[in-house]
Amino acid sequence: MSKFELSRRNMLKSSAAGLAALSAGGLSRLAHASDLTVGIVYVGPRDDFGWNQAHAVAAAALKDVPGVTVVEEENVPETVAVEKSMESMINLDGAKLIFATSFGYYKPFVLDLAGKYTDVEFRHAAPLWTEADPKNAGSYFGYLDQAHYVNGVAAGLSTTSNKLGFVAAKPIGTVLRNINSFLLGARKVNPEATVQVIFTGEWSMPVREAEAANALVDAGCDVLTCHVDGPKVVIETAESRGIKCCGHNASQAPLAPKGFITGAEYKWETIYKMFAANLAEGQPLPNFTGGGFDVDFVRSTPYGAGASEAAIASADAARADVKAGKPIFVGPINKQDGSPLLAAGASFDNYEPSLDQTDYLIEGVVGSIT
Amino acid sequence: MADTTETPGIAVQSGMSNDLLERLRRSSEYVVIPLLALVFSGVLFSVFLFALGKSPAEFFSHVWRGGFGTSFSWQNTLVRAAPLIFTALCVAIPARLGLVIIGGEGALVLGGFASAAIAIPMIGWMPGLPMLAIMAFAGMVAGAIWIGCVGALRHYRGVNETIASLLMFYIAVSILNFFVEGALRDPSDPNKPSTKPIGSENMIGVIPGTDVHWGLLVGVLLCGVLYLVMNRTTFGFAAQIAGGNLRAAQAQGLPVGRLMVVSCAIAGACAGLAGFFEVAAIHGKANASLIAGYGFTGILVSFLARHNPLVIVPVAIFLGGIAASGGLVQRRMDLPDATVLVLQGLLFLVILVSETFYGRLSIFKSKGAAQ
Repeated sequence: MSKFELSRRNMLKSSAAGLAALSAGGLSRLAHASDLTVGIVYVGPRDDFGWNQAHAVAAAALKDVPGVTVVEEENVPETVAVEKSMESMINLDGAKLIFATSFGYYKPFVLDLAGKYTDVEFRHAAPLWTEADPKNAGSYFGYLDQAHYVNGVAAGLSTTSNKLGFVAAKPIGTVLRNINSFLLGARKVNPEATVQVIFTGEWSMPVREAEAANALVDAGCDVLTCHVDGPKVVIETAESRGIKCCGHNASQAPLAPKGFITGAEYKWETIYKMFAANLAEGQPLPNFTGGGFDVDFVRSTPYGAGASEAAIASADAARADVKAGKPIFVGPINKQDGSPLLAAGASFDNYEPSLDQTDYLIEGVVGSIT
Repeated sequence: MADTTETPGIAVQSGMSNDLLERLRRSSEYVVIPLLALVFSGVLFSVFLFALGKSPAEFFSHVWRGGFGTSFSWQNTLVRAAPLIFTALCVAIPARLGLVIIGGEGALVLGGFASAAIAIPMIGWMPGLPMLAIMAFAGMVAGAIWIGCVGALRHYRGVNETIASLLMFYIAVSILNFFVEGALRDPSDPNKPSTKPIGSENMIGVIPGTDVHWGLLVGVLLCGVLYLVMNRTTFGFAAQIAGGNLRAAQAQGLPVGRLMVVSCAIAGACAGLAGFFEVAAIHGKANASLIAGYGFTGILVSFLARHNPLVIVPVAIFLGGIAASGGLVQRRMDLPDATVLVLQGLLFLVILVSETFYGRLSIFKSKGAAQ
């Protein structure tokens, strides 16, 4: 495992280098290249104000690139239906690059098709690819916890009760990491801040998300954020209860004209355009691409009316720090049960592999994984 | 079936051919009315497309190409049709007794879960074939118990079987989630809670030369067997009587309760088998992907097929084709994916309304009776 993780870090760096090589000239050369058809599959609706919308926004940006045709399918379940959808894009539309954007698409569907259609490139939006997998498959991923950290900084300066609320889907690694990073951001500027978390147990369960959001407001939280597929309900609930909120996945700014502070957004278009340009130039695509602010794979939603000047200044500074590689996880940090995670003076690199396997919440987060 | 109102003289003159024509005329009702219903829903849907500013001709040509136009499209269609055949049987068999079971999805989910769960201790040492047989058996038993309970609740406690089966679907999903996210979770997959994979070497393969797994063939055979059971055995005959008039069946001493429970159990076993094939041929493990709506589309298939197991096969292929073409329609016409659901909904409504026309159109009646 550790060997693979090391190579992944190298790949992170190489993908950053590839990005730097992708100048404006790289994309303009596409116009002269043979036409490329890109297929994108979504698990939910493209306008969900969340995960799928983040990809759809990038797909729209990719459509503007000359020589690129984008074909899209939404609401494709993680069953054999997605295999057939991708095959249909390949057979009937001539797609040469497929973006499979939902976690459950990878095994077995993307892997099966990558073996069957060796001249088509498959890329999947979660860090699952390993050396044993087909070379025409791969993973791309944004480290959204960096943007959640910036959210936390802004939120920490926006709360008066010092209680921040977090509506979370499932207690899995990426979600727990985002919660921890959000708290660390808030604690950086406001040592009194706590994050109260409620897990809904499902990626998309609007009724329970609304209940959780209301319960958090009732418990005294005055800033809400979330990690669910479509944050619409949480943001709207926060706005209607008259408190502030931070977004997740895509821009929810239009949903909360009064209380929106900022949001943690993916910027998939960076990756999509990079891959399209690579193919047009006959370059191989990286099998593993991931990163955060440093490679422009994530971004913060433009500040809303809920952001104070102090919050804006601190959040901008925090983002610049992360971009420059300053660590988010700086000791002393204890886990919830009091056991030490990091001693004073120690820190984790922002791409520390063990953070991918986060199975704990840290001290300052209120709420239980089980 | 001889026409008794005609005079013997005429009957003798016209002979056998006239009798055959009469039979054809009357049985053609069962072909013409569904066809007209299909055409009418097509027209309604075209109006819907016009309202959206899209061309119906383009839509239907995409449906043809995406569902049936190429060999790839056919395989796509058949892959999608396979689970629908099983889940439609879950509706069709109890329907003979007048029971409307809409919770086949629950039996599918539990059947899939049971077959994946029972495989866990066998992974790694047991050869594929006996393991698959045990898995299939477990899936069928789980489904049979689940829908069998619905039949028992109906008979012994008077609980409405439609509501009971629907609500039990939610319980089935909770059971799946409870185990898959808890005791039976495979720790090597931290992000998508699933049971331990049965291993690709143990999975059911595809029919040679195609991408379609063997479940399709099993489904077609099962339809044939259940057609014979429901139409050529005393069990099927008794079920039909109970469905026609429950009191009369009871008065005749038919074991109505047992008929109900057994029919529901057969139905549940069919849906459970669908779950087994999802696990053994598609996913290789049980997880939330089992909840894909096949059980609910199966209701539509069964109603369109008028609960006739033999008709279920072509109808499932027809609806599989519509589903298969949904992607192409989305991609080429920029229509939302719900478009094909609108078409399915219209089909369902029009077919249900068309049921009221049976026996009412004089054109299908024999000349004597029409006068």
